[in-house]
Amino acid sequence: MRAAIYRALCRMLPRRVLLASMRRGRVAAPAPTAAGGCPRYASSTEVTSDEFRLKEYGQKYLGYRKAAFTESLEIVDPARDPAFPIYRVTDATGKIIDQAQDPKFSEEHALHMYRTMTQLNIMDRILYDSQRQGRISFYMTSFGEEGNHVGSAAALAPNDLVFGQYREVGVLMYRGFPLEQFMHQCYGNHCDIGKGKQMPVHYGSSEHNFVTISSPLTTQLPQAAGAAYAFKMRPGNDRIVCVYFGDGAASEGDAHAAFNFAATLKCPIIFFCRNNGYAISTPTSEQYGGDGIAGKGPGYGLHTIRTSEEVTQWGGIDNPIVRFKRYITERGWWNEEKEKAWQAEVRKKVLTNLTSSEKEKLAHYHEMFEGVYKTVPEHLRRQRAELDEHIKEYGSHYPVDRQLTN
Amino acid sequence: MAASSLALKTAVRLPARRFASHFTYQPSVAPASLGAERTKMNLCQAVNNAMDIAMGTDQSALVFGEDVAFGGVFRCTVGLQDKYGKDRVFNTPLCEQGIAGFAIGVATIGSTAIAEIQFGDYIFPAYDQIVNEAAKYRYRSGGLFSCGGLTIRATCGAVGHGALYHSQSPEANFTHTPGLKIVVPRGPIQAKGLLLSCIRDPDPCIFLEPKVLYRQAVEEVPSGDYSIPIGKAEVLKTGKDVSIVAWGTQVHVVSEAAKLAEEKLGVSVEVIDLQSIQPWDEDCVAESVTKTGRLIISHEAPLNSGFGAEIASTIQKRCFLSLESPIERVCGWDTPFPHVYEPFYLPTVWRVFDAIKKTVKY
Repeated sequence: MRAAIYRALCRMLPRRVLLASMRRGRVAAPAPTAAGGCPRYASSTEVTSDEFRLKEYGQKYLGYRKAAFTESLEIVDPARDPAFPIYRVTDATGKIIDQAQDPKFSEEHALHMYRTMTQLNIMDRILYDSQRQGRISFYMTSFGEEGNHVGSAAALAPNDLVFGQYREVGVLMYRGFPLEQFMHQCYGNHCDIGKGKQMPVHYGSSEHNFVTISSPLTTQLPQAAGAAYAFKMRPGNDRIVCVYFGDGAASEGDAHAAFNFAATLKCPIIFFCRNNGYAISTPTSEQYGGDGIAGKGPGYGLHTIRTSEEVTQWGGIDNPIVRFKRYITERGWWNEEKEKAWQAEVRKKVLTNLTSSEKEKLAHYHEMFEGVYKTVPEHLRRQRAELDEHIKEYGSHYPVDRQLTN
Repeated sequence: MAASSLALKTAVRLPARRFASHFTYQPSVAPASLGAERTKMNLCQAVNNAMDIAMGTDQSALVFGEDVAFGGVFRCTVGLQDKYGKDRVFNTPLCEQGIAGFAIGVATIGSTAIAEIQFGDYIFPAYDQIVNEAAKYRYRSGGLFSCGGLTIRATCGAVGHGALYHSQSPEANFTHTPGLKIVVPRGPIQAKGLLLSCIRDPDPCIFLEPKVLYRQAVEEVPSGDYSIPIGKAEVLKTGKDVSIVAWGTQVHVVSEAAKLAEEKLGVSVEVIDLQSIQPWDEDCVAESVTKTGRLIISHEAPLNSGFGAEIASTIQKRCFLSLESPIERVCGWDTPFPHVYEPFYLPTVWRVFDAIKKTVKY
């Protein structure tokens, strides 16, 4: 058996790949034959037909896909293939192009989507300003991407687990994460359910099935695949996982890991890539050479679609909020009067929460030692006591008045 | 590794004798408290037995990694797929960062992940997932999420001919990261009890298995479901002149050196198996050194920033007034782990013996 694998590998693989396999103990080298080295390919009597060889090839190397032989020496030029088409439902004016594709949102559903997008937009403007004023240390807006947040969130069940990158605030907001919690997190005050440990916009909520954001890009992708697999293993499971990431993050090795694991282990997962054209300052032309991120999917055996969100031109004339507003206005569910009242209401709510969040104290510094492990181990208890002693004498040099007393 | 080296033996005529083993295995006797029924097992079988018990008692437990389905390249997962099915014991693609990330995800929703990294040497592609993600999951979310059900098993340590990438002891690369627990057993009894503790512990654990012991270490292992606590060292032999701390295979090296020192120098040595490298049993070591006044730490990993440095510095602070000689560290040299020079690289019985001699004569 092992000798057969080795012979097959001799034919198929460059030597360094074979050596790597041996290093992992995947194949062992057989005893050398009388002629020495790798045996030649089987004699013509053993090879009965092309069909047999194609079948064997397909089963062994192509995951049961069928390949054909070709006698023309042709190297595939990816640039000659058409790019993935961009699926759209409405045109730039918000009109449905093919009536059969109308999702037929209910009024309540559509208004919840619109209100979430606009509330996020208003919160973004206010918090962005407050960062520039030095009131919070960091902020990241979702301008222009509100549509993909709420559109996808609306299509998920509330108990589907979401893993995000950091620009998926609309998903959490759509699920009803309290407005004040966004601000508590940005200030890291004692009301923050994340306990003030992370930078602003690193939200999370177990109640809303939204896994806490972390800064290292793409780490959430293989994790999402693992969570999806574990869901699949639960009896009677009806949950899936949706994981969001940007086009820049898709260049990380973890993206490759996740796509491949999800495909081979058949995980119930949606990979949702937000391709907005840039990773900080790097344009996509410096990020990848292929047909975007969607172009990678079939290579892993993943079902793939590209939607219009990926390539929309941003700005005042064409953004998801403007388009969706047209959609609900045409249906008589929204008007300028309602718009004005809603804008004023949200602005007031955000400003009120911002002010009250800012006034809340930080948790006591003892919180710093909590959650490293499930219970505080002995060495950390010693370090906590050491800090207590220090603060007792040098407390005046620390912002002790900003924290709760224990 | 094992498979390819076996194959090489058939292909190449080897010299009559190699420097095969740098230690003599000292079997343990399990305390009666771990159960009366015993089965003879090597370390590999003890690890297998622990996973079998864990999977039998926890329906959410999954075992996965590279080549685990057919039993693993070291045979640690033999029979598990037949018993628990292809959905619970399965191969992953060959990608360590994927294995670690996938395992964290499994644990995030409260299931139990027992992931295997084929060699500790290949754990580094997973370093980001382990250090930035697994270790910080609970902390950064304020306890909303955790991956406590995660255990990563990896092999570690010298094996006679493993060279740079089949010999490393990476424990100190992880002890600098709060949030992780790191455990190394010295034999089958400890491997089973400690691995069961790791799998059921509410924090992410890295369990490093000294691969040279897989077959060589054989002893009477309690057959039932038992655990050995994480964070506790074990005093294997009491003594009054000098304390020696080690873990994994090195425990057997220092035990042999201790015997030699008693015979040849009349020195009474206290031998401590640290077992848990993080969190480690400071009190046990400090108590021992307060009594003996001398400390030697020995590990296979390189000296510089090895875990011995952490122990030396902590004990120097806690036991300053009791110390009668400088704390000595007998470790691997600060080089990559070499192939043909392995016998000169390792902290051998004779290097430990010499350290004992110099420490007591200081």
